[in-house]
Amino acid sequence: MMATRLMQGNEAVVEGAIAAGLKFYAGYPITPSTEIAELCAEKLPFVGGKFIQMEDEIASMAAVIGASLTGLKAMTATSGPGFSLKQENIGFAAIAEVPCVIADVQRRGPSTGMPTSPAQGDVMQSRWGTHGDHSIIVLSPSSVKEAYYVTIQAFNLSEKYRTPVIILMDEVIGHLREAVNLEEYKDIEIIERTMPQDKENYLPYQHIENGVAPLAPFGKGFRFHVTGLVHNEDGLPTNDPKVAEKLIERLVGKIENNKRDIVMFEEKYTEGGDVLIISFGSSARACEAAIENLKKEGIQAGLFRPIAIWPFPDERLKEIYPKFKKVFVVEMNTGQLYYEVDRIVKGDTYVGKINKFNGEFFTPCEIAEKIKESFKNGI
Amino acid sequence: MSTVEIRLGGSGGQGLILAGIILAEAAILDGKISVQSQSYGPEARGGSSKAEVIISDGYITYPKVLRPDILLTLAFSAYSCYKKDVKENGMIIVDESIILPEEQSSVKVIQFPIIKTAQEVIGKSFVANIVSLGVLAELTKLVTKDSLEKAVLNRVPPGTEEINRKALLEGYNLVKMRGSEVWQRQMI
Repeated sequence: MMATRLMQGNEAVVEGAIAAGLKFYAGYPITPSTEIAELCAEKLPFVGGKFIQMEDEIASMAAVIGASLTGLKAMTATSGPGFSLKQENIGFAAIAEVPCVIADVQRRGPSTGMPTSPAQGDVMQSRWGTHGDHSIIVLSPSSVKEAYYVTIQAFNLSEKYRTPVIILMDEVIGHLREAVNLEEYKDIEIIERTMPQDKENYLPYQHIENGVAPLAPFGKGFRFHVTGLVHNEDGLPTNDPKVAEKLIERLVGKIENNKRDIVMFEEKYTEGGDVLIISFGSSARACEAAIENLKKEGIQAGLFRPIAIWPFPDERLKEIYPKFKKVFVVEMNTGQLYYEVDRIVKGDTYVGKINKFNGEFFTPCEIAEKIKESFKNGI
Repeated sequence: MSTVEIRLGGSGGQGLILAGIILAEAAILDGKISVQSQSYGPEARGGSSKAEVIISDGYITYPKVLRPDILLTLAFSAYSCYKKDVKENGMIIVDESIILPEEQSSVKVIQFPIIKTAQEVIGKSFVANIVSLGVLAELTKLVTKDSLEKAVLNRVPPGTEEINRKALLEGYNLVKMRGSEVWQRQMI
């Protein structure tokens, strides 16, 4: 096998997952994520893994949780409509603290929308799609090679923090083919679950400040209870308000208080200028090309690209936005990440939005034009 | 930095997406940077399909083709839909079965009997995509023949290697017989 391979974005997710130790995939195929299921079916048997096509998305998410509780690294993949169906069980994985990875390759919605067209309309669904207070990690790659990298990190973070992690792709990156040199990534650390020692006094939900207790695999002699109800440190349900408060605080805190360990972003030309563009996923590639167009027109633009969009890298954004006259958030939806940016900038600087939601991908020209216009109109 | 953008347009089922993948893979085997993308409707066959390939010697920021240098098309609908996008110094390769409207254009249009060659010389109409690649490679020298053959053999179904290799050679021959000048991209 040659080191540099032409690979599709969806294929890179599968390769990354297998490199991270994926051993179980359950799913229900849906465009534009289907290649993830196809390739897992093809490849998992060769690495001692299992693939199951379930009757629907709800059951696939349940199967992934079950497999993970036996100690396997497990994932599923879907698109908007299926992602909605998985939400209830994603909430179960959040409260029961079961590591798992969910890839959502976004297409134009709502509902079945436009199956083969790109969109970034699930930014808020990925953050708040399941009910109740929780925190979550969402990673959004901009290239095929980054899809490989973030998939490995998705598994690492899900194991480290015992949480569901979402890989939020879009149709453009999911179906794009680019060269990936796997050699570049051969030394990436792979995080494995730590094994508890004391079988008699095992507490699967032991209170650890900003952290998690080790998760024992079922079938290895550790007896414990797993539930979607609020539970004690031993996993048994309770209505005790003190326990509930402490549990929810820890669930949110283990991610929010470890933001510095989790956030990932890329920046270009952020030393200062006329406009700071904030974008993610495939849209960020159109922005990068737009920045070159703007430069020719004498407008200095920088790019801030969160790779982890949740938790959002707010600390870094606070450091760089004051160096620009204005900020634009560019995304293939009617404005979602915009509100997070606007919340962080808090009216200090003008925050504009550039959106596209007709099922087509951005062109660099239309982004550059809108920014130029804003300068002409004196905003 | 030299970058060439190629669009392959046809109707679904003609295999042009596979042709795009093969072309991008050949470029990578040549040590170049390349991206391949596609768009298609929800239907499995029929409908329009388009594959795009960018070949460059540097990092490719925007992954889609907006103004192709080369358009290759096996269907009239794709020709009429995409011809306006082709760069002024670009080239359009069209199957001979397509009757072109008479019109003034600075873009070079060349026709070859691609589908007929697949049907009558090879005897399998489904290799029209590989004949197309042979024509494209001989005409533009964008990828080396070694890499192209390797990429074709990597990607076609087992058992079809021989007819696909033959399809590639017939594609080269169509250009050689014509004696067309090799297309040279004018550097910007």
